[in-house]
Amino acid sequence: MSMHDPSAPHDHDHHDHDHGDHDHADSHAPIEDHDTVTEFHLLEQALRELLIEAGVLSAAEIQQQIELQEAKTPALGAKIVARAWSDDGFRARLLADPKATITDMGIDVSYTPALTVLENGAGVHHVVVCTLCSCYPRMILGIPPAWYKSREYRARVVREPRTVLEEFGVSLPDTTEIRVVDSTADLRYLVIPERPAGTESLNEEALAELISRDAMIGTGLAKRPNAGPSTQ
Amino acid sequence: MFTQGTRVKVQDRQISGHCRTPQYLKGKIGEVIEDTGRWRNPELLAYHKPGLPMARLFRVRFRQIDIWGADYPNPIDTLDADLYEHWLEDAEHAVAEGA
Repeated sequence: MSMHDPSAPHDHDHHDHDHGDHDHADSHAPIEDHDTVTEFHLLEQALRELLIEAGVLSAAEIQQQIELQEAKTPALGAKIVARAWSDDGFRARLLADPKATITDMGIDVSYTPALTVLENGAGVHHVVVCTLCSCYPRMILGIPPAWYKSREYRARVVREPRTVLEEFGVSLPDTTEIRVVDSTADLRYLVIPERPAGTESLNEEALAELISRDAMIGTGLAKRPNAGPSTQ
Repeated sequence: MFTQGTRVKVQDRQISGHCRTPQYLKGKIGEVIEDTGRWRNPELLAYHKPGLPMARLFRVRFRQIDIWGADYPNPIDTLDADLYEHWLEDAEHAVAEGA
């Protein structure tokens, strides 16, 4: 993809888009949070208006792109992981050629840079960060959480990963290698969390319920079955 | 160029502007775990240039104690980063040269 393709999603983003919990008298009004207008907000607004005025982009196209971005959720990633847990052949193909294998599932990852899949378990636990900005596999996990983009997470997870994981509620024995993966360049990473015990009889749909966004970043573990209200 | 298993040293130099090599890895020694092929150089793409010549991108694994020193609490922990060829040099050669 070209860096200048206006239809391409912003993979490196440096600010939050908060579209939640605002009251709008006019539902067509642009969503703006006037409490936190920064120079970057003004720059973005000015640039957007100029692009619309010059006919490079239409407001509808921008809205369409926002909707496309917001339609991507961690449910896509969970579906991929659940299938990898259930089907060894799929898992092997996913590890060998992630983009082609995910495309075969009907999930569009065409606009993404390369994707690498990392497996947790067997004494290794991966946790993903982008210390330089906020690179994230948006095409399968959606918009990154605010903490992923925070300076605190980015600085601390490389320096003291065990402490940071403890804060996320993940305690791992000293004998497990913690492998921090800093996605500094063109690769994006998806973590396959370890499949919990007692899930042998679950189908892919039920397994997907156990797989959180954080488990696919490596700051969480897959949930154990029946940890919540049982559906069986 | 570098093959899997090659020990590489990250160059310890500063550039002005867009840099895809994090500061905390500069001067550190790791091991190439994968050659991901050639990519348009993002340090040029950032300035509306075509990003040519393309740059080879390697996945490099470091031991955390080699990054942070002996006070890092667990010697088995590692860190992987994606680094372009123009930021790497052969570590054995660098040591022999006294670099």
